[in-house]
Amino acid sequence: MTAGTVPPLVELAGVGKSYGPVRALSDVRLTVRAGEVACVLGDNGAGKSTLIKIITGLHRPDEGEFRVDGEPVRLSGPRAALGLGIAAVHQDLATVPLMPVWRNFFLGSELTRGRGPFQRLDIARMKRTADAELRGMGIVLDDLDQPVGSLSGGQRQSVAIARAVHFGARVLVLDEPTAALGVKQSGVVLKYIVAARERGLGVVFITHNPHHAYLVGDHFTVLRLGAVELSAARGAVSLEELITRMAGGAELAALRHELGQAAGGGAGAGPGEDGDDAGT
Amino acid sequence: MNRAAAPAGSDAPPAGSLGREGRARRLLARPETGVLIGALAVYVLFYAAAPAFRQLDSLSTVLYQSSTLGIVGLSVALLMIGGEFDLSAGVAVVSSALTASMVAFQLTLNVWTGVLVALVLSLAIGAFNGVMLVRTGLPSFLITLGTFLMLQGLNLALTKAITGTVATDSISDMEGFDQARNVFSATLTVGGTDVRITVLWWIGFACLATWVLLRTKYGNWIFAVGGGQESARAVGVPVAFVKISLFMLVGFTAWFVGMHQLFAFNTVQSGGGVGNELLYIAAAVIGGCLLTGGYGSVFGPVVGAFLFGMVSQGIVYADWDPDWFMFFLGAVLLLATLLNLSVRRRATAVRRTRGKAGRA
Ligand SMILES: Nc1ncnc2c1ncn2[C@@H]1O[C@H](COP(=O)(O)OP(=O)(O)OP(=O)(O)O)[C@@H](O)[C@H]1O
Ligand SMILES: [Mg+2]
Repeated sequence: MTAGTVPPLVELAGVGKSYGPVRALSDVRLTVRAGEVACVLGDNGAGKSTLIKIITGLHRPDEGEFRVDGEPVRLSGPRAALGLGIAAVHQDLATVPLMPVWRNFFLGSELTRGRGPFQRLDIARMKRTADAELRGMGIVLDDLDQPVGSLSGGQRQSVAIARAVHFGARVLVLDEPTAALGVKQSGVVLKYIVAARERGLGVVFITHNPHHAYLVGDHFTVLRLGAVELSAARGAVSLEELITRMAGGAELAALRHELGQAAGGGAGAGPGEDGDDAGT
Repeated sequence: MNRAAAPAGSDAPPAGSLGREGRARRLLARPETGVLIGALAVYVLFYAAAPAFRQLDSLSTVLYQSSTLGIVGLSVALLMIGGEFDLSAGVAVVSSALTASMVAFQLTLNVWTGVLVALVLSLAIGAFNGVMLVRTGLPSFLITLGTFLMLQGLNLALTKAITGTVATDSISDMEGFDQARNVFSATLTVGGTDVRITVLWWIGFACLATWVLLRTKYGNWIFAVGGGQESARAVGVPVAFVKISLFMLVGFTAWFVGMHQLFAFNTVQSGGGVGNELLYIAAAVIGGCLLTGGYGSVFGPVVGAFLFGMVSQGIVYADWDPDWFMFFLGAVLLLATLLNLSVRRRATAVRRTRGKAGRA
C-alpha cells in the first residue's frame, strides 16, 4: 500500500461517474503497479465495466483524478490510452475469427517491406514474430495459418493478450476474460495473466469469479453499487472473506434466512451455502 | 512455404510441420476448390455434348463472355469479402456508358472527355454508396437497392430527355473513338485465334487484385472489416475508408465494362444492365466468397465468371433451347454453393478435432 519511489502505472483517486441520474461509480480508488494483478470484483451492475471504460479512455470521470505514471491525465479516447500503454482486451472484440492467427496478431499494425506502390506485407517476419511472441507467453500453435475461430475460446483470448503485450502494453485491462469459458479454458487464460505479470505488466483483471481472482490476484477491489466495498492486498484477505464480501455479507445472511423459510425450514443452511457459488 | 524458411534464424523448434495430409486439407479448405471442380464438370459436359464447344475459337468466345462479367465480378467479390453488397453495379455499367456517350456526342467533344466524366461519375456513385453505408449504418443491401432503382430511372429518363429515344447516338465517327476502342474493345490475334482485349484486362486486374488482397495491408483490412468490423475498428483499422474505397472500386470496374460496351457497340441501350448485379454476386458466391463477408479469394470468382461464360455459350454450341440458360445457371449456383459448404465444413471440422488432439 505504501507508495514506493516509482509511481504506480495507473491510479484512480476519488473517481465518480454518473450516467444521467444513475450514479455508476462514486469515490473509487484503484492502484495498478507494474508486475501486479489488480482484481476488480463485483456483482452485476456494480460498476466494473464503467471503471474499465474510464481506464481505457472510453469515458472520462465526472469527479476525482486519473493518474498515469503519477501524472494526472484526461484521455480523449482508446487511442490515447493505447498511446500511454494501456491496452484493453474485450471478450468479443479481441480477434477476427475467420482470419489466420498471424494476420490477427498484426491486424492494424502490419509489418511491411518495400516502398510506395510496392509496399507489401512482410509475411515471413510477421509469422516469425507472432510465433516467437506466442511461445514467449507459452502458447504453442502447430499452424499459424489456421483461422483464429478454430482455436478454443481460451486460446483466442490468449492470442489477444500476447498481441497487446507485443505492441508495448504496460497495463493490460481484461474485462471478464473467463466469463464464457469452461474450467480448463479459464485455466489457460489465467496462466497468461500470470505470464503477463511475470513480464512486468500491470494487469487489471475484471471478473465475477472470486475463485479465479484469488488464484492470480495481488490486490482485490470489490465494488458494490458503484462504491468500494473492499480494497485489500492478497495477504490481508482470505478467499472466504472475498466471497462473502462480494455477495454482501449482511444481505447473504438475509438470503440464507429467506431460502431456509422457502424450503419449509427443512433444508436449513444447505441451499444457502450452494447459493454462494452459484450466485457468483 | 514460409514456415520452412522462417525458423532458420530463430532457436525455437519449428512449430509442427504440416504433413502431406495437412497440405491436402488446406487445399480442400481453400475457397476456390469447389468452383474449380464445378467448372471442370461443366467443361466436360459441354465438351461431350457440343462438338463446336471444343474449338479454340469457342473458348475465346467463352472467355470474352466471362471477362465482361468477371471484371465487375472481381470488385464485387472484394466488396463481399469486405462484408457488403452492391446491387447497383449492373445498371451502373450502363449509367457510365450512357454518360460517356452523351457527354461526348451532345457537346461534340473528344470521346476521351466523355470517358473521363464517366469515370468521375462512376467513382462518385461508389462513394455515395459507401458514405451512405458508413454514415447511416443501414445494410448495404438496402442502400444499393435504392441506388440501383434510382440509376435505372435516371438511365431511362435522362436518355429519353436528351436523345429523344431509348438509345444514344452512335459516336463511332467522333474524335478519339478509334484510340479509345483500342484500349477498351480491341481484338487481338494470338496464334490464329481472335482474343478480345477485355480478357487480358480481366486477367491483369485479377492478378493485381490477388496481390492486393493477400499481400498488402489494405487486403488484410478487407478481410478484417468483413470478418469482424468492430474488432477491426478496435485495433485501429480505418473501417470507413476501406468500405468506401471498396464501393469506389466497384464503380471503377463498372466504368471499365461500361466503356467496353460503348466502344464495342458504338451506341448504348438505356434499359440495359438490369439483372447483371445478381450475376456478379452469384459469380463471387460460386467462387467461394462467403456471403456474410470475411472469407474468399479473387481466383474463385474468376473461375465463377468463367463457369457462367461456359454455360451461356455452351448452351448455344450444344444447340439447346437458350430459354434454359437461367435455369441452368441457377442450378449451377446452388450446386456450387452446396459443394463449397460441404468442402469447407469438412476441412474446418477435421482441423478442429486435430487441433484439440494435438493440445491434449
Ligand atoms: N451507458 C449507460 N447509460 C446509463 N446507465 C448505465 C450505462 N452503463 C451502465 N449504466 C449503469 O451503471 C451501473 C453500473 O454498470 P456497469 O456496466 O459498470 O456494471 P458491471 O459491474 O460491469 O455489471 P456486469 O457485471 O453486469 O457487467 C448500472 O446500474 C448500469 O445500469
Ligand atoms: Mg460489465
